Amino acid sequence: MVNLTIDGIKVSVPEGSTILQAAKEVGIKIPTLCYHPDQSVKANCRVCVCEVEGNRLLQAACSTPVTEGMVVKTRTPKVIEARRTILELILSNHPQDCLNCPRNGNCELQTLAEEYFIRDIPFEHKVRGLAKDTSTPAIVRDPDKCILCRRCIEACSVTQSVYALGLEDRGHEAMVVPTMGKSLMDSPCAMCGQCIHACPVGAITENEQLDELLAAIADPDKIVVTQIAPAVRLAIAEEVGMKPGEMPMDVFVAGLRQVGFDYVLHTNFTADLTIIEEGNELLKRLNEGGVLPMFTSCSPGWINFCETYYPDLLDHLSTCKSPQQMFGALVKTYWAEKMGIDPAKIYSVSIMPCTAKKYEATRPEMQDSGYRDVDLVLTTREIGRLFRMSGIDFTKLEGAPFDSWMGKYTGAGVIFGATGGVMEAALRTVYEVVTKEELKDVNFTAVRGMEGIKEAEVDLKGTVVKVAVAHGLSNARKLMDQVREGKSPYHFIEIMACPGGCIGGGGQPITKSNAQRQVRIDAIYAEDESCEIRKSHENSEVKILYDEFLHEPLGHKSHELLHTHYHPKNKKYL
Amino acid sequence: MAEEMRIVLRNYGKIDPLKIEDYIAQGGYKALEKARSMDREALIEEVKKSKLRGRGGAGFNCGQKWSFAYQAQADQKYVVCNADEGEPGTYKDRLIMENDPHTLIEGMAICAYAIGATKGYIYCRGEYPHLVDVLNTAIKQAKEKGFLDGFDLQVRSGAGAYVCGEETALIESIEGHRGEPRFKPPYPPSEGLWGKPTIVNNVETFANIPVIVEKGADWYASIGVPSYPGTKVFTLTGDINNKTFFEVPTNTTIRELIYKYGGGIPGGKKFKAVQIGGTSGAFIPEELLDTPVAFDNMAAIGATLGSGAVFVLDETRNIVDVVTRIAKFFEHESCGKCAPCREGTARMHEIMSKLNSGKGSAKDIETLSRLGRVMSYSCLCGLGQAAPAPVLTTIQHFKADYNAKLV
Repeated sequence: MVNLTIDGIKVSVPEGSTILQAAKEVGIKIPTLCYHPDQSVKANCRVCVCEVEGNRLLQAACSTPVTEGMVVKTRTPKVIEARRTILELILSNHPQDCLNCPRNGNCELQTLAEEYFIRDIPFEHKVRGLAKDTSTPAIVRDPDKCILCRRCIEACSVTQSVYALGLEDRGHEAMVVPTMGKSLMDSPCAMCGQCIHACPVGAITENEQLDELLAAIADPDKIVVTQIAPAVRLAIAEEVGMKPGEMPMDVFVAGLRQVGFDYVLHTNFTADLTIIEEGNELLKRLNEGGVLPMFTSCSPGWINFCETYYPDLLDHLSTCKSPQQMFGALVKTYWAEKMGIDPAKIYSVSIMPCTAKKYEATRPEMQDSGYRDVDLVLTTREIGRLFRMSGIDFTKLEGAPFDSWMGKYTGAGVIFGATGGVMEAALRTVYEVVTKEELKDVNFTAVRGMEGIKEAEVDLKGTVVKVAVAHGLSNARKLMDQVREGKSPYHFIEIMACPGGCIGGGGQPITKSNAQRQVRIDAIYAEDESCEIRKSHENSEVKILYDEFLHEPLGHKSHELLHTHYHPKNKKYL
Repeated sequence: MAEEMRIVLRNYGKIDPLKIEDYIAQGGYKALEKARSMDREALIEEVKKSKLRGRGGAGFNCGQKWSFAYQAQADQKYVVCNADEGEPGTYKDRLIMENDPHTLIEGMAICAYAIGATKGYIYCRGEYPHLVDVLNTAIKQAKEKGFLDGFDLQVRSGAGAYVCGEETALIESIEGHRGEPRFKPPYPPSEGLWGKPTIVNNVETFANIPVIVEKGADWYASIGVPSYPGTKVFTLTGDINNKTFFEVPTNTTIRELIYKYGGGIPGGKKFKAVQIGGTSGAFIPEELLDTPVAFDNMAAIGATLGSGAVFVLDETRNIVDVVTRIAKFFEHESCGKCAPCREGTARMHEIMSKLNSGKGSAKDIETLSRLGRVMSYSCLCGLGQAAPAPVLTTIQHFKADYNAKLV
């Protein structure tokens, strides 16, 4: 342990701790901008500078290791002057349009400007006038707002190994740009949106489409139907000032009705359906010598990544559409028929924890219903805005049930939202389908949790199936390289683009740490535990769907509506 | 009055730099042989005892620095020569490399032996392409003679960024990254090139080493000012008669440099200011000219020794005009990594331009002072910390020039 004094308070911290960590121990908050708890130390914003006795220079708290007997002062006039001047410098070329910024009220720079009493900035206000990048349907970059903290670059390159963002130019002309000066669309961007979580300000956001929803709700000729992804309910609570998981599902449903959705259905339903189709696809590949390992295909960021970096391995991807797109294809066919609604009038909206889903819905192959299968994708954050706009007090709102035929779900569908969930759900079903025996313990805990790569073996009465789970694309890359080298020992691999799985998706409430992701994961498994039915093949509405419409897994109708194919993305400069 | 004394330039004009035989004939590589016969710790102790301090600008005790890298446990250590001589008006390292490349190589080889490094790089300024050939030829000759057995020395060329003279930015550049400084600690002697213990010394520092090993620490420590012994090479530019270089003991005063060696101001004009140490050096007025050109003495008057550039201004020069141009230089050369330098250098230039064009107010000078002060202790690296020095020292010593331009 190292002993030091911070603002007159004695503290002992483990060797190798930084001043920032030591200060936190004694309840002293040092401001930061470029610091991110799950990333490498950058020390480039200099907002965390402190006085350290014996040093003429102020020391960055985030990067300076503590030493025995160190005397730190975090709020001397010299320190305050430095921090305020640095903030003024950053603000003097930052657009001052907080009122109409998507990060208004949730911006690290705005918070510091308030805390540090920034009033009259002596420097001329000059905004660079750089063009917004609206090239993708998923993510918008506003480089004028960028404060060059580089957190997005690390999220993209290190966490995700996508390498879509880098630095160009230097000095005050330096900027974060997509690879090779391309637009984001032409870069290797997977649209996972992890850069959005990393950004302390509003320089990267989802493509906001709330106006399109409001127009659809206002249109009397449109029947607005929504599906809610598994990871959304847990996180939506955070958007309205509650703890993760605190908003009961029926209250969420009631809230959606209040804001104008005509029908509220659940993506969990098609998550269960995915398990039936994907489970059977796996068994078919195992039995008929198909391409193995098979990869899951529900994460569209992962699909983009695979098409970009592993076009030679696309045959390994399950041909199953993601639950969102299965839902989209069914809502305008099966459900419309069942409800007696003209599919042309259906405006299908999905509420997703994801930015890549916005892109997925626009793929030309996603029109198997004869219409665009999913008309609009909104993120958890966008629905959060809508809820705040609605003025609903969710603690007082009475719950409401889902609508029929595509609203029922099992615990297996719920856990799709967490890393390892698809694998666990698949194993629950595959085990019972193959062995014809009841699974005694449905919890496959080996595939749960925040560890980057998890693996497990399941004995299906003689056949041992080896599975692996990766979340975060840099972890996925490790498993992919293994496959490419012909050294993969696995039969089935689940990959989710985002750390933690969908609960950490690019469309979720701004997530400041992996610790926050873990809290959401805990909430997911708690919900699974509370479900009466926890196996996808026991979903009664899914059974009806097969009996009346699809007839059999991997059958003719399934292939038409629920399966798809993939295309190599030709990024020639890679 | 001190006389010129050549240690690092001892072979200047006496040898053909491309002939190792000439260097050997002057006693070259004897020091390396002697060093290699010594115990490593004793060798480092000798360098420490000589009180040689880094000639790159930071003035850190050379032997002490080596001892950190020596003590560090690692499977690989590196010796790097900072030959990215980017300070405007400075060409001392070029003189050494151009005229006596083997003294640098010998100095580096001694360091490599001392700390246990097997690989080395000379990071040569991008604007010195001709020197890359000179250095490669010299390295080849030294290898052929067997002087570099167990020490793989290579030349790397910079690409013209001023910031790469900062040792960690230089390391990043050698590694193939953007030339940007790292935060410190860790310092290069514990974690440097590719994360391994690395000694980065300036050309002039290395050039001193063979002589110190040969003649002994006591001899060296007795030269010049005791706290910063030895000699220093100065390059004289600006309004001065002898626009050339001198190597002098460190007890030489600034006045002697300008009037004795430099031959005074041309055209019978009066002295106004001198900037020492390069573009980020302090501006020094007449009343401080009797300061010796040694590290601590200069620090005591708020100045630095830096690279040894001596830039003299006569009475006709407008300080605000000169400093505006300097501010432009730093705006251009900031790497953009840390906020106070990236934004600060641009704002500094903006406000200086405003003042220089007669549109500034007293409040602008206040803002400039605060900005400069904050930058000097908040920026990530030496570039941003030193960039405000010309502004701050001219506001201090030449306020009249500023006041004369106010609205």
